[in-house]
Amino acid sequence: MQRADDYLQRRAHLAPLSDEKLQERFWGLAKQLVEPLIELAYTHTSPSVERSVLLRMGFSSMETKEIVEHCEEKGLLGKGAGHAVWRLAALENIDYHEAGLRLSKGQGWETLEQFWAKGGA
Amino acid sequence: MILNHDEKISLEFILADLETYRPKRKGWTWRKPHATGEIGPFSYRQSSESLQASGHLPAAKYFNNIDPQPDCTITTEIASGRFEDDIRRMRMAAWHGADHIMVIRTAGQSHFDGLIEGTPEGVGGVPITRKQLRATRKALDYIEEEVGRSINFHSYVSGVAGPEVAVLFSEEGVNGAHQDPQYNVLYRNINMYRSFVDAAVAKKMMAASGMAQIDGAHNANATAREAWKVMPELMVQHAINCQYSVMAGMPKDKICLSTVPPTAPPAPCISLDLPYAVALRQLFKGYRFRAQMNTKYMESCTREVTATHVLNTLLSRLTSADIQSTITPDEGRNVPWHYNNIHGVNTAKQALLGLDGIADYISLNLDGPLGEKVRELKERACLFMEEIMEAGGYFAAVSQGFFVDSGFYPERGGDGIARKMNGGVGAGTIILRDTDYMAPVCDHFGYNNLPANSSIAKPCDLSGGCTLCHPEKIQWIDELDPEDNVYKRLAQNRPEREEGLLRPEVQWSGDGIVCMTMFLPAAERVAEFAAKDIAERLGLEDVEVIHKQAMHPSEGALIEIKGKVPFGIDPAKLVIPALVEPLSEEAIRQYVSENKLKIVAATVGEDEHSVGLKEILDIKHGGIERFGIECQYLGTSVPVEKLADAAVEIGADAILASTIISHSDIHRINMRRLHQYCQEKGIRKDMIVVCGGTQITNEIAKEEGMDAGFGRGTKGIHVASFIVEQHRAAKKGRIE
Repeated sequence: MQRADDYLQRRAHLAPLSDEKLQERFWGLAKQLVEPLIELAYTHTSPSVERSVLLRMGFSSMETKEIVEHCEEKGLLGKGAGHAVWRLAALENIDYHEAGLRLSKGQGWETLEQFWAKGGA
Repeated sequence: MILNHDEKISLEFILADLETYRPKRKGWTWRKPHATGEIGPFSYRQSSESLQASGHLPAAKYFNNIDPQPDCTITTEIASGRFEDDIRRMRMAAWHGADHIMVIRTAGQSHFDGLIEGTPEGVGGVPITRKQLRATRKALDYIEEEVGRSINFHSYVSGVAGPEVAVLFSEEGVNGAHQDPQYNVLYRNINMYRSFVDAAVAKKMMAASGMAQIDGAHNANATAREAWKVMPELMVQHAINCQYSVMAGMPKDKICLSTVPPTAPPAPCISLDLPYAVALRQLFKGYRFRAQMNTKYMESCTREVTATHVLNTLLSRLTSADIQSTITPDEGRNVPWHYNNIHGVNTAKQALLGLDGIADYISLNLDGPLGEKVRELKERACLFMEEIMEAGGYFAAVSQGFFVDSGFYPERGGDGIARKMNGGVGAGTIILRDTDYMAPVCDHFGYNNLPANSSIAKPCDLSGGCTLCHPEKIQWIDELDPEDNVYKRLAQNRPEREEGLLRPEVQWSGDGIVCMTMFLPAAERVAEFAAKDIAERLGLEDVEVIHKQAMHPSEGALIEIKGKVPFGIDPAKLVIPALVEPLSEEAIRQYVSENKLKIVAATVGEDEHSVGLKEILDIKHGGIERFGIECQYLGTSVPVEKLADAAVEIGADAILASTIISHSDIHRINMRRLHQYCQEKGIRKDMIVVCGGTQITNEIAKEEGMDAGFGRGTKGIHVASFIVEQHRAAKKGRIE
């Protein structure tokens, strides 16, 4: 869209504002604009987010890649990849690092699928 | 190990035992204000703690070699592609006052979906990997001990692997990073949803380790053709990233706006750049400011660039800067050369010190056009955000090409960057967190359904503590590529390194590149080709013209070329004259008191430059008077005959002549005349006759009949020592 500079018409409602009020308006708009974005981030995850969780749990970058790829394939990313590792460790009563290594090799996913298919109880 | 100023940093040492190396500290460190501001003969209003060892500005030698450090952090950007060579550059930059080392990433890393490992070579930057970071951080840990100040290490948390990179940086002691999801969307075409989801997690992670964040708004300056027109949009971009960062958990004082004065001369900068700088600082109170220098209008003339950057620094001082970034003066013509990093740092340091305390002397006049323009910019930015809301919010606005438009908003050029909501790299990869979503780590942004378990104090207890609490859990990967790694690169120049051969360099170890400046009295294009031919005939290889500038359409052109020197030099085979150590002050004083030495001194010929000679004579400058030598100063522009006659009249033991001007070899002619006149008068044999000046060397002076010559860097003690030694030798000769 092309448009000539119509600042003087557009500013009519801003003109009477004190500098303080204008400042408040600026930050009010910024907040209004950002709220839905932060809400999106609060409720969603991504492969990189999940790999970052696994990194912090002590997996290597290559292991995190494998685990997250399997997790996406199984449609379980919404559970959290770190959760998958932690859950398998609990279900199998094994060390969580061992659980992660199994998952990176494509093992143990059925166990998790079954667990969550039953409602995760 | 403690770095010794007289020794090179050992790459072998840096690369050894990296597997277990841990950074000394984490998080951003600001400079500490100087306790009194009293440094050398001066009082400073905007200075920070001095360094324990550093390289001062060249003119500092007139002021007791002081090296005051400005109050703000000074950045240098490093991007050679080989981290092992960048370490030398970092050490040199830190020595000159940089405490923020920003490492540029290799081209394409932002589209790499994951972490890169090992030490592959980069293009236009370094592949950011754990090994590269750890080795660099280790080197910086030693470098900061050498200079005595914390050094902030910085790179980029952007691209499609932002959260992982943020974790990596937190683990490896990286202290600051660029993080701005808008940058991903607009300039890297990464999917907008993915960018914002990743950014919140990355920001929270950065906050947890105390990192400072710099936003990416300045890129709009560099992209738009008329960079000053994007000012209202830039304020909106800053606002989005600042607000988003706060909501993601980052404290305001770690959020830095990346601002650039948008214009450069011949534009009237102050009338455009100053209102923008003031408006930002008013609107974004409480946040921090990273003042970047202008890169948009940089051409190959390093002088022009330096002048623009000094003006940029003036703007920083007229408003404020927490971080003063620097750009190398050669960035407009090649990948920055390492010594130009030091020039860039020194330009900032020099300008900041020169402008110290400016607010005590002048104030901004907000009642005139400045205040009006500040207000107008704020209103234009508000209007921009209002229209974003009307368009359906941020994502819709981006998809409609609101951003990086060439119009001065609300003017619209219709040429903004439009991105599809469901397009770009990483489209369709974000997933809704289930109600039982869980991440067993702390400082994880977003919904997290942690098990209701009273035995855990913090989320990462679920996995026995995370890598930030237990760094030994970090998995170390050394090299993945057997060919493309640091060891292979070092092996390539190992024979030369082992033989100790010396080559010029500007970027990489022993790259052989030299720069040559020449003026040719011909039109620019003829001069350009002539210069190339000259460089090739001189034996340089891969010759390229890096700067050309007509001094006049027909009278001539200035040409700078670069080329490669095809050989190395063995320093062991060089004939280097030994430096003569002066006598001790005590020995000089004692001899003078026993022998009552007298000298006459003057600047000779038509030379009015007396500063250097006075430094050599005056007691207060540590000159020869303080050893008790009686000095008769005759003044400036003294004919050599008068100087010699005066020496006879007072019975002087020595004549000190000073000459700065060297046009048509007048300095040589004056020395020769002085020598000849003394011979004619029959006093030459018994008279010590020496000459000094910036163009004088001992060799030149001796060729013209002097007993000695003194050039740049000479101190009174050197001259006094020579006079005493010469006098003693002559006396001894007479006795024998």
